[in-house]
Amino acid sequence: MIRLRLERRLDPPGYLSWVVPVVSVVLALVASGLLLLAFGANPIETYAAMWDGAFGDIFGGEFYSVSETLVRATPLILTGLAVAVAFKMKFWNIGAEGQLVMGGIAASGVALFLPEAAPGIPQNLVVYGLLMGGAAILAGALWALIPALLKAYLNVSEIIVTLMLNYIAILWYSQLFTTSWKDPAGFGFPGSALFPEYTWLPRFFNTRVNLAIFIGLLAAVFVWVLLSKTRAGYEIRLLGDNPEAARFAGVSMFRNIILVMLVSGGLAGLAGMGEVAGISHKLQQGLSANNGFTAIIVAWVAKLQPWAIVLVSILLAAVFVGGDQIQMTMGLPASVAQVVQGIMLFFVLGGDIFSRYRIRVVRQHVEAPA
Amino acid sequence: MNADLIASILGIAVFAGTSLTYATIGEAITERSGILNLGVEGMMIMGAVTGFAAAFHSGSLTIGILVAMAIGSLMALLHAFVTITLRADQIVSGLALTLAGTGLASFIGERLGPNNGPLVGLQGPRFRDVAIPGLSSIPVVGEALFNQDLVVYSMYLFIPLVSFYIYRTTLGQQLRAMGESPATVEAMGIPVLRYRYIYTMVGGALAGLGGAHLSLAYTPGWSENLTGGRGWIAVALVIFASWRPTRALFGALLFGGVNAIQFRLQASGTTISANLLNMAPYIMTIVVLVLVSSASSLRSRLGAPAALGIPYAREERT
Repeated sequence: MIRLRLERRLDPPGYLSWVVPVVSVVLALVASGLLLLAFGANPIETYAAMWDGAFGDIFGGEFYSVSETLVRATPLILTGLAVAVAFKMKFWNIGAEGQLVMGGIAASGVALFLPEAAPGIPQNLVVYGLLMGGAAILAGALWALIPALLKAYLNVSEIIVTLMLNYIAILWYSQLFTTSWKDPAGFGFPGSALFPEYTWLPRFFNTRVNLAIFIGLLAAVFVWVLLSKTRAGYEIRLLGDNPEAARFAGVSMFRNIILVMLVSGGLAGLAGMGEVAGISHKLQQGLSANNGFTAIIVAWVAKLQPWAIVLVSILLAAVFVGGDQIQMTMGLPASVAQVVQGIMLFFVLGGDIFSRYRIRVVRQHVEAPA
Repeated sequence: MNADLIASILGIAVFAGTSLTYATIGEAITERSGILNLGVEGMMIMGAVTGFAAAFHSGSLTIGILVAMAIGSLMALLHAFVTITLRADQIVSGLALTLAGTGLASFIGERLGPNNGPLVGLQGPRFRDVAIPGLSSIPVVGEALFNQDLVVYSMYLFIPLVSFYIYRTTLGQQLRAMGESPATVEAMGIPVLRYRYIYTMVGGALAGLGGAHLSLAYTPGWSENLTGGRGWIAVALVIFASWRPTRALFGALLFGGVNAIQFRLQASGTTISANLLNMAPYIMTIVVLVLVSSASSLRSRLGAPAALGIPYAREERT
């Protein structure tokens, strides 16, 4: 009788940490192709159309499509980092969506009401950018502090609380742009007034790519330094990998939960600021575009590595933009993108066994004693 | 408050709480066996869309329910395979199931209608209320409890049956034990991993059934975001219910009641906006969890299976 036996790798070789996820993503694309086939769509045509939508004729010097992909990647980088910081310590922040929305609300509030309330503040990008960014970080962090405190003091499941807070934040934001913050001069359309122009993040080369993507890259550096170069990062990793050992080493779970969630919520909040100040220039429908949930896929596929998060964000953004493209040209639902991303997460998750275990084929004639 | 109002709120609470009850009991069974499946929301929404599509094309509500349950259990099988056989993290796998399920539900909702078209806006078969003669004329509660649809009546039968199974049968005893100490159960010669597969799939089937009750009875038809986080509320209710079926029913009724009050308020033309009213179930979920957790922050006192979420591999005893 031939059996497969799993042996835990005590010291997994370094190349596995990127070979396994890359192979998993490729296999996920093959599996998604089969699913497309089952629904009567030609997978090769579909992927070609998606590539065209996401990258266009990039080698022929056409950069519009890829710029849209980068625009879509920007909030994913920030929320992906936000989620990764928390997941590193096995604190399951599923609330990046709500934290992003709260950040967007706070930044919008500053842009819409501060110029009138405090005319003395210099009305320029640097001052307002910092104020809006600060407000967004604060709002996201405070929203994330609720589950952090509930977990730290009462051991309430952070998964449920962060998730419920998403729904609450989204409903509140819908309430704001349809009622009290609605533009009176907006002909009855939902959405706030346009922000003053000096609060808009500068855009580059006639595209919608804006300063926010550099905020995202800076955040990646920040998270990398925090996790790999500081004592706090060491404690966070230890708490995630081996909470028992961390406890014996006197690492405070309590303090680190609070710290991690402040950072995580702050980063997600910043993503919301990037969306309103860089793209929509007002508070309107579309701020909540599932970025906080997609961030979970980003973070996990990237194995919680800040640099990989940047790359995976671009990959998943390409899937989104490509999904919009096939909706327009092939009449396939844009939700294909979500399906492909979900399948990717499963393959990376399942494929992980190859980096953690060595799989041995063993021939057995008698039942080996357990 | 007059009797009519109480009866009406109770009636809607039962109706609205049915999908939650099934999903909560399903998840409680899965968690009892030691597997945490956070994919309830994904399985419910897939149950809702496939159940509606199957009933629409076949004209049979039974087929709709069966398809929804089959799809729910297949998704749960994927979770079982990834977490039990491939030993991946249960939390992330469950989240993946919800994310993939939500995406897949909107995808097939656009494709499973007539001529590969959308299902949105179509009218299909739906469960009708069937008054039980005699019982339905009991004052106040009769109309509320016994003028409901067949899925609701099945729930009345299902709860005592599942309680009996969990607390009074050998298999039920093994189910409870394998969530506490899988190695002990294994030592008795019971294949823990196989049972965990089965109970995970049972949980999935019940989540699918809950979803189908939404699309075939509660809000007949398919629309995106139909479940609106009910799967997550079910996950929270499992904790509230201390993993017990009867308490799951009370929890679900509580949430159904909140829905009912929301309806009444909206119907009465309140000045509170729909957005703020719709926050109620989510706020209540947090409040309920906080109350339950502060009553006792000890996992064991809450009744959580000790080995919940902890991977169990036969050859790697720790």
